[in-house]
Amino acid sequence: MRELRIHGRGGQGSVTAAELIAVAAFEGGVFAQAFPAFGVERRGAPVQAFVRFDDKKIRKRSQVYEPDYIIVQDSTLIKDVNVFMGVKKGGIVIVNTEKKPEYQVPEGVKLITIDATSIALRVLGLPITNTTLMGAFAAATGEIQFAALEKALSHRFNKELAAKNIEAARVAFDFVRGAA
Amino acid sequence: MMEITEGSHAVAEAVRLCRPQVVSAYPITPQTHIVEALADFVANGKLDAEYITVENELSALSACVGASAAGSRTYSATTSQGLLLMTEVVFNAAGMRLPIVMSIANRAVGAPLSIWNDMQDSISLRDAGWLQFYAEDNQEATDLHFLAYKVAESKEIQLPVFVCFDGFILSHTYEPIDMLLQEQVDQYLPKFDPAEKLDAKDPISFGMYATPEYYLEFRYEMDQAQKRAKDVIAKAGKEFGTMFGRDYSALTVGYLLDDAETVIVAMGSVCGTVKDAIDEMRAAGKKVGLLKIRVFRPFPSEEIAKALSKVKRVAVLDKNISLGAKGGATAIEVRDAMYGSMIPVKGYVLGLGGRDIRKKDIKEIVSLCENGIGDQFYGLRKELI
Repeated sequence: MRELRIHGRGGQGSVTAAELIAVAAFEGGVFAQAFPAFGVERRGAPVQAFVRFDDKKIRKRSQVYEPDYIIVQDSTLIKDVNVFMGVKKGGIVIVNTEKKPEYQVPEGVKLITIDATSIALRVLGLPITNTTLMGAFAAATGEIQFAALEKALSHRFNKELAAKNIEAARVAFDFVRGAA
Repeated sequence: MMEITEGSHAVAEAVRLCRPQVVSAYPITPQTHIVEALADFVANGKLDAEYITVENELSALSACVGASAAGSRTYSATTSQGLLLMTEVVFNAAGMRLPIVMSIANRAVGAPLSIWNDMQDSISLRDAGWLQFYAEDNQEATDLHFLAYKVAESKEIQLPVFVCFDGFILSHTYEPIDMLLQEQVDQYLPKFDPAEKLDAKDPISFGMYATPEYYLEFRYEMDQAQKRAKDVIAKAGKEFGTMFGRDYSALTVGYLLDDAETVIVAMGSVCGTVKDAIDEMRAAGKKVGLLKIRVFRPFPSEEIAKALSKVKRVAVLDKNISLGAKGGATAIEVRDAMYGSMIPVKGYVLGLGGRDIRKKDIKEIVSLCENGIGDQFYGLRKELI
């Protein structure tokens, strides 16, 4: 079983990202489970959402403490929340930041930084980075295929919005793939 | 057909497929998504039902009582404070023998305010006369609704049912489920054919005055119906299994029980985490098993006593507490079921108000039980006491 933890702030779509990643993984024949860290949702407050991936039925219901993958939607969280806590050796951390890599991730963990906010602003006209980072996640981990991601986004959003979100995800996907 | 969806939406879809004629509910977290989805179905013509919007939960269930007495298949959903506000009508619905089905997205009760999961809400109403089903995952949460209507409306039973599934932990989780098709549900669940209903041409009354010469017998009849429900669930659950491949005839379900020395008894979504923990303990040579209670009312005393007759010790998990008594409701009732046996039954109250339950907690509880330590809260933060 592989586990993903998404850190963000209320309003950035972390829960939606978790759901859509699970939908895309399911499209690819994987048993996926997505759920939020149940908090009192407030815009701007730190939030977490989780996804599990496995080849067989997932029974475990506890939160994710030792993730294989981490997505940080908002790098300003890093000073307040230990976003890298518990990440497994060999794991992958994706941080949305305009800065060059400057974060200390645990040894043996791969850090990928991407300026998802700029991509989202350019493509969507909004600083909502969840779908952009889904593209980065697909490229970095291979847990979801881009075609499945497209399908999940098309199912969730209307045609115009889906096209824009797919474009933002595509830019991030290509960026991470190019960097790798 | 396999699909991936949120627990609440899966439940709403299952309810739609049951063709309720009247839905009345009041939104409350974490149940809201269910009734929102049902309101959408009605508005979009996907469900031919009367959706009665009301000012609170007391009215929601009251509307269901009236509609059910008039001969309609009715549905509601609630949780926590919403269920407590309904309490008067909860007892009345059962007393009037109305086969209402209500989903409970289990949540803690105040004070202090907690929106998070435990099972105090539905467990607190265990004496109300409703059957109580508890789901381990969203597949069960979905399927148990079909079973619930089938059993509730059976002429031998005529009692309402709570279908309980853990708030947030299941209600807000996306996972794959196999959703039945309308024609399959129609084949399994015939139209509601009430034994009695309100009819202006042939007037009768529900919930009348019962003097001391009559009241005791009303309660006896309800208790008899609860007891008969065991066989009706077994039959309806087996039929479901024959038709769709998932058998719900058992009130309790064992996991690696055959040679188990220590057995955990639990209800709801925690059973999944328990199974994962058991697999790891088995790999380390510990003979641990699980007995899941899927039906809490009627309480499967005989089934539990039989399933646990050869084990060395029992650890009961309770996400509720009967304050001032010897632990949570499940432990108390399992101990009663085991009365006369020398097998120690230890209770552990845990996970209240959304405290996460991890595999390591299950392993620690097994160790405590092996050392004869139990009948206590588990996971207390000592610095706060």
